Amino acid sequence: MYLYDDFDRTLVAERVREFRDQVGRRLSGELTEEEFKPLRLMNGVYLQLHAYMLRIAIPYGTLSSDQLRTLAHVARRYDRGYGHFTTRQNVQFNWIKLAELPDAMADLARAGLHGMQTSGNCVRNITTDQWAGVAPDEIEDARVWAELLRQHLTLHPEFSFLPRKFKIALTAAAHDRAAVKVHDIGLRLHRNGAGESGFEVIVGGGLGRTPFIGKVIKPFLGKRDLLSYVEAIMRVYNQYGRRDNIYKARMKILVHEIGVEKFAREVEEEWQSIRDGALTLEDAVVAGIAGRFRYPDYATLADDPPELAAARADARFRRWLGNSVANHRVAGHAIVTLSLKPVGGPPGDATAAQMDAIADLADRYSHGEIRVGHEQNLVLPHVAQRDLPTLWRALDTLGVATPNIGLVSDIIACPGLDYCSLANARSIPVAEEITRRFRDLDLAHGLGRLHINISGCINACGHHHIGHIGILGVEKNGEEFYQVTIGGRAGEDAELGKILGPAVPYDDVAGVVEDIAAAYLELRERPDEIFIDTVGRLGVEPFKERVYAAR
Amino acid sequence: MPLVKAGRIVEDRFVRVLDDAPLPDGVPVMLPAARLLADARELAAREAPTGVVWPNDRKIAELAPHLDWLVLVALVFPTFRDGRAYSQARLIRERYRFRGELRATGQVLRDQFLFLYRAGFDAFEVSKEKDAPAFADAVKRYSVFYQPSGDGRLPAFRARLSRDVSSAPVDGRELVR
Amino acid sequence: MTSPLQQKLKLAGPAVVTANRLGDGAVIYRTGTGRWTTELAAAAVVSTTPAATELLAAAAADKLEAVDVYVAPVRLTAERHVLPGNLRERIRSGGPTVALPGTG
Repeated sequence: MYLYDDFDRTLVAERVREFRDQVGRRLSGELTEEEFKPLRLMNGVYLQLHAYMLRIAIPYGTLSSDQLRTLAHVARRYDRGYGHFTTRQNVQFNWIKLAELPDAMADLARAGLHGMQTSGNCVRNITTDQWAGVAPDEIEDARVWAELLRQHLTLHPEFSFLPRKFKIALTAAAHDRAAVKVHDIGLRLHRNGAGESGFEVIVGGGLGRTPFIGKVIKPFLGKRDLLSYVEAIMRVYNQYGRRDNIYKARMKILVHEIGVEKFAREVEEEWQSIRDGALTLEDAVVAGIAGRFRYPDYATLADDPPELAAARADARFRRWLGNSVANHRVAGHAIVTLSLKPVGGPPGDATAAQMDAIADLADRYSHGEIRVGHEQNLVLPHVAQRDLPTLWRALDTLGVATPNIGLVSDIIACPGLDYCSLANARSIPVAEEITRRFRDLDLAHGLGRLHINISGCINACGHHHIGHIGILGVEKNGEEFYQVTIGGRAGEDAELGKILGPAVPYDDVAGVVEDIAAAYLELRERPDEIFIDTVGRLGVEPFKERVYAAR
Repeated sequence: MPLVKAGRIVEDRFVRVLDDAPLPDGVPVMLPAARLLADARELAAREAPTGVVWPNDRKIAELAPHLDWLVLVALVFPTFRDGRAYSQARLIRERYRFRGELRATGQVLRDQFLFLYRAGFDAFEVSKEKDAPAFADAVKRYSVFYQPSGDGRLPAFRARLSRDVSSAPVDGRELVR
Repeated sequence: MTSPLQQKLKLAGPAVVTANRLGDGAVIYRTGTGRWTTELAAAAVVSTTPAATELLAAAAADKLEAVDVYVAPVRLTAERHVLPGNLRERIRSGGPTVALPGTG
């Protein structure tokens, strides 16, 4: 993971000092709320239904054990003992007091954590594949490039007052685990015909009120040109993005309105003026940042050690192993996903006690490193296979070993109306009820890979558009209703879900999901045809018939 | 609305002239874009300095031919959240190498001073009286910058590589330390 | 629920004026004596649009204490107890409808 140097530490400390001054001037009345709001948003501070919410950036989802302990400390000292991991690899605390925020931020800054630009009309947390650096199918570690971009776009004087928020994601693997096609800029690191690696640049993706899948404007960008080309895109957006209507201000709308060819030409023209200038990423600069990434000194181990073979006799362990443990690029090691989706519990939350315990486990079993996935689960990325049985027992005791990764009860959900002032409807209790209906692990495993995404409003923070089953909270006559979609996909073949039928009331959502599941079992060609492929093969109609037959 | 330049409140010697009003003799004037473009030749021949107020939704390329004789360009922030003029400022300073006064007008608040300064503005029509004396401090809030920009300060990427090399400005503008 | 902050003011029943407290974001209600309380039971209840407009204006002028001031519906029971008038206000008043982690 990236280690801060003096420059990085100083910047974050200066930011805390500045924010402390701004909070002081707000509390004294010198700053009005209108003047203060964009400033606090640029530090990740929202005002929600019950309290302020602080969103902390976890750059490219990578945390050290010390950082996780610091999050536990903040949860305990300034909040109500827990935190929530988000779909953009951030963490949120829901009960922070404004007056205490500068102190909380100072504590976070000491661990190299901050909330800079996690909100507001600026560049948000840059996300990547949570398996970056350890996935067998990646061509290189995308996080180095994410860090270069992060630094360049932090407190950038030209791009801090954009028309709207701006989201960037990177992937370097055949299987896109970062959903780059639904970001303002998606960057796919790949090799060209000559074997050189470079970026495919995809623009104008995004979910929310008007979802779009992004389009390629540059099939191959040399790595040296990454910053200058991104700068050109952002300059075009800053100047021409709409400022008259916040619902039409994202870059996806600009790309759609002027057309992707014209957009690409504008970017190219701007880029021609600035390429080969001060923003060119020379090898020395890249090496400087890459050199600050620490990789574990992996032990030389063989695959499938005797400890593992023996432990397989335990059926519960076997199930967890098959579900939550993935192959690692280094022999004898594994990538372990920790489920933050307990049956009947809120998705994506961890208590301070859990955070501390996971930090300790990371020290013992994962070279001190944890990852946060945009599926709202955690990952221990550097586990030796021989440690899996012992680790599993510890995770099981902590309640983070439910073997439901990627299954129907591994639900991605926004906080919804229980917390968020933008929401139309609740999402957490809907998720909890669905997990209760599918608590039977044989049933869940029998259904196979099935991603449910729940958003409490059209802002789509739960990414419902790209869920295999998407659930969107709407309001009808003061009652909570939910629109269900099926057929959404997130990765390299990204697709938006299609509406199944009329919206259903709160009490009926779990039932609809059960009926969809039952329809799938009936309609699938073979047990290994996963749900999303059955929908792809048959379309929405057969599901709609069965689900709405009795409604 | 106080005018801040070089960290101090100064008199504004420019007179804003709207549309077709006759130009006062021997007085620096600030004109709207349409008038500048229409009367450029006569204006360039004036003895007293001429400046323009350039709207934030017009391309700087249209203004570029006049940057070698204009003494002042004023850009506009209709609200402080509308950041288009930051891009305009950088283009004017860094691409077209304008050496005259680049003034921020509109809603200009203390918490944007440093961004404005870094984007190339050197004069600020400050919205709140109270903010004006805070300018000198505001631009010292940070000592580390990740990006190169019009203020010439060495970005962190380069500073890391050359910790012993002096942070000489890139384009000759004075550094505020 | 469309954000109440964007609504045109037109009373359909009894209402209170509510906001978030600046210092800690807590939910507060305007009282009849020009102060703020965290207890809905102590809030000033208005039943006409003019009364609501007046109460709102006075409350919104208090920029030091309250943020995002708006008019929220309430229900009155037979005993004149004041209850939240919709789900959003129930949640604001009573907290999340789900158990917080570590307490469930």
